[in-house]
Amino acid sequence: MQASLARFILTRLLQAVPVLLIIATLTFFMVRLAPGGPFSGEKKIPEEIQRNIEAHYGFDKPLGEQYLRYMGHLLQGDLGPSFKYVGWDVTELIGQSFPVSLQLGAFAMLIALAVGLPAGVIAALRKNTAADYIPMGLAMVGICLPTFVMGPLLILLFSSKLGWFSPMGWYSWRDLVLPSLTLGLYYAAYIARLTRGGMLEVLGQDYLRTARAKGASTTRVVFRHALRGALQPVVAFLGPAMAGLISGSFVIETIFFIPGLGRHFVNAAFNRDYTMVIGTVLFYAVLILALNLLVDIVQAALNPRSRLE
Amino acid sequence: MNRAWCRAFTSAGLLLFAVSCHRPLTHVESGGRDQVLHLGNGTEPQGLDPHIVTGVPEHNILSALLEGLVTEDPRTLEVRPGVAESWTLSPDRRVYTFRLRRTARWSNGDALTAHDFAYSFRRILNPALGAQYAYMLHVLRGARAFNKGKAGAGWEGVGVEVLDDHTLRLTLENATPHFLELLNHYSFWPVHPGTLERFGAFAKRGTPWTRPGNFVGNGAFELREWRVNSRIEVAPNPHYWDASNVALKGICFYPIDSADTEERAYRAGFIHRTQTVPIHRIDDLRRRRPGEIRFETYLGTYFYRLNITKKPLDDARVRRALALAVDRAALVSNITRGGQQPAFHFCPPGTGGFTAPSGLKFDVVEARRLIAEYLSATGQARVPPIEILYNTSESHKVIAEAIQGMWRDQLGLDVKLLNQEWKVYLDSVTQTNYFTSRAGWIGDYNDPNTFLDMWLTGGGNNNTGWSSARYDELIRKAAATDDTAARLRCFHEAEEILAREVPVVPLYFYVNVTLRHPTVQGWHPNVLDHHPYQHVRLQAP
Repeated sequence: MQASLARFILTRLLQAVPVLLIIATLTFFMVRLAPGGPFSGEKKIPEEIQRNIEAHYGFDKPLGEQYLRYMGHLLQGDLGPSFKYVGWDVTELIGQSFPVSLQLGAFAMLIALAVGLPAGVIAALRKNTAADYIPMGLAMVGICLPTFVMGPLLILLFSSKLGWFSPMGWYSWRDLVLPSLTLGLYYAAYIARLTRGGMLEVLGQDYLRTARAKGASTTRVVFRHALRGALQPVVAFLGPAMAGLISGSFVIETIFFIPGLGRHFVNAAFNRDYTMVIGTVLFYAVLILALNLLVDIVQAALNPRSRLE
Repeated sequence: MNRAWCRAFTSAGLLLFAVSCHRPLTHVESGGRDQVLHLGNGTEPQGLDPHIVTGVPEHNILSALLEGLVTEDPRTLEVRPGVAESWTLSPDRRVYTFRLRRTARWSNGDALTAHDFAYSFRRILNPALGAQYAYMLHVLRGARAFNKGKAGAGWEGVGVEVLDDHTLRLTLENATPHFLELLNHYSFWPVHPGTLERFGAFAKRGTPWTRPGNFVGNGAFELREWRVNSRIEVAPNPHYWDASNVALKGICFYPIDSADTEERAYRAGFIHRTQTVPIHRIDDLRRRRPGEIRFETYLGTYFYRLNITKKPLDDARVRRALALAVDRAALVSNITRGGQQPAFHFCPPGTGGFTAPSGLKFDVVEARRLIAEYLSATGQARVPPIEILYNTSESHKVIAEAIQGMWRDQLGLDVKLLNQEWKVYLDSVTQTNYFTSRAGWIGDYNDPNTFLDMWLTGGGNNNTGWSSARYDELIRKAAATDDTAARLRCFHEAEEILAREVPVVPLYFYVNVTLRHPTVQGWHPNVLDHHPYQHVRLQAP
């Protein structure tokens, strides 16, 4: 098992290298195809000054040469300077904003699991009763209600009316509460529905009937036997969801004025901040690859029938 | 199980109770005691290198950190002594000699001399730096050639001379009546040579010399903290020559780009002043916070460019008809709703003491007559369809829809709307690939020239294909003369030409709608929205 696990991880890491190179290449050329450039603005710059700026960043060279130079730096781990935020490197900007998004995302995920899992389990155990309909109805509302509605609603209640929390910012631990609640409740709704579905499927199976027949209590049946199988779809969902959560949410970060990665992600594209676009895309790709790997390992541990390949 | 739940609920309840009881003072409540001003500041600044950045949020921060040869009166924007305590002007009005004050210091205690200004001007004009606003300095003799990197155009040829440590002489290409106003632009502000050399930043963009701990400035404040997308904090500079008259103990700038978030921050007492107000909140705020919502004239014009290389806009009759058929009063009272002023000429009224003649009006009868005349002269049955181009934004969209309706209903034109993302839109406009496109222009300095020189033949921001020899002559003449009355006559005639030929349809003059707390004292509305912070103080609420 140990050896096969190590081989599995190593293979996946080796596979990741060409994937990342392809992503970097595609992104490099795609951002260049977009009209406009990092230095176009409402006020026209005189021709000679435009040339000076382009020469400064090497934009006067042929695109192929620029690509090779960029990839050369990339292989040394250098994502280059941001074109928009003069004086900051892409690595620095990601390094500053990722911890914020990670904190927010992790906390939101905790809320999502703490609310979603029990709700899904209870709904499945009390199928077609009020204990099923009410949480599942709320979950449906949670999925349908976008975060840009939920966020301001929570602000209205907890900040404007009750005055418990600041409506925006990222300056004290209190500022974590409302945004992670907004994000967390949204994911909680998905998790609840997935858990319920998984549980229902598992609860009807023979091995659980056997467990019950042998006199195991409901608690024991649920926690020891059912949950393991029921969580498979949830775990599959958690991988990409976690990557999405910790790489930041543009909407949440804008509503709550949080210095996370999500704003960089979107603004980089609007600003045609080429290096920043590639940097954030690559970073996101690494996160997805890493978390998918983690999901595969966890799933193999949960389900003895699946094998690491 | 049950007991565990009870415990969990009790502790959660206690936690919520604790949270609700302990409410720290808001920034506004503690402002009178702390003297720390908290400002909404639009977007994250592009940087803090005055020779690289271009924008209003950057100006707002840099004006705390740096000071030029002159400063401005917080009410009238008239030029006041800054680092230079006095200056003289030669009879041909081309040579300025500045006396720098001996008490001027950098924030690290170094003496600030005329050499530092020469170093700074040389840096921004150095072609290798690629500074966008270098063209602001092209008024200096020989500066343009040097900035272009022309062979044989050395620094010696540029009209910047250091006579001694405290005397700086600047020679201009032409007499430039608004030269002293230009000096208030950050492209003319000094940078600390020692610091730049330490980071090799003389000809290099993007070095970390602008970070807290590295930045050395000469303004009333020094850089304390910079968290990207979160906050920039400045504290008083003890070496500032007028430090004893600075009341504020600090300023925090917040790059809040969402107007809704900014308004919530204001209502929560987090910031003293917003940069803007969401349109849909204006009516409510007028009722609830009448003393705090402010409508202040701003040096800017909202207008539509007409592409005169495309039919039917190649005909001046059609262009004028379009301009006459817009009901601007309805536009500002029903759509923009921020107290904007309808624009019947291009340059905002009162710019540098100049108010243009109103060559346009709302006159549907005349507009229809012009269209009929155009149709019969060209033998067409219908005016060819046109398209309004605007960049993605809710407010541009509603204005475009209103104008579309007016042109369709009043003139029977077939008008389509085309929406493009910002950079794509910029590309379309600079390539003159549109029929009519929305635009806005904010003055760089308080003089009609900053608005009217746009429409020179082949001007970088013209983008309409329009050209008039007489217009060019008038603007050139205005730049070369120093007789104020004669200058204003030139601008007057230039505006008349614009109203007759209509390469652009002015719609309204900007108004800054902001929220400002009454505890902020010494903050005066002015057309450039410049507020020298050394005059600001906070009162207890």
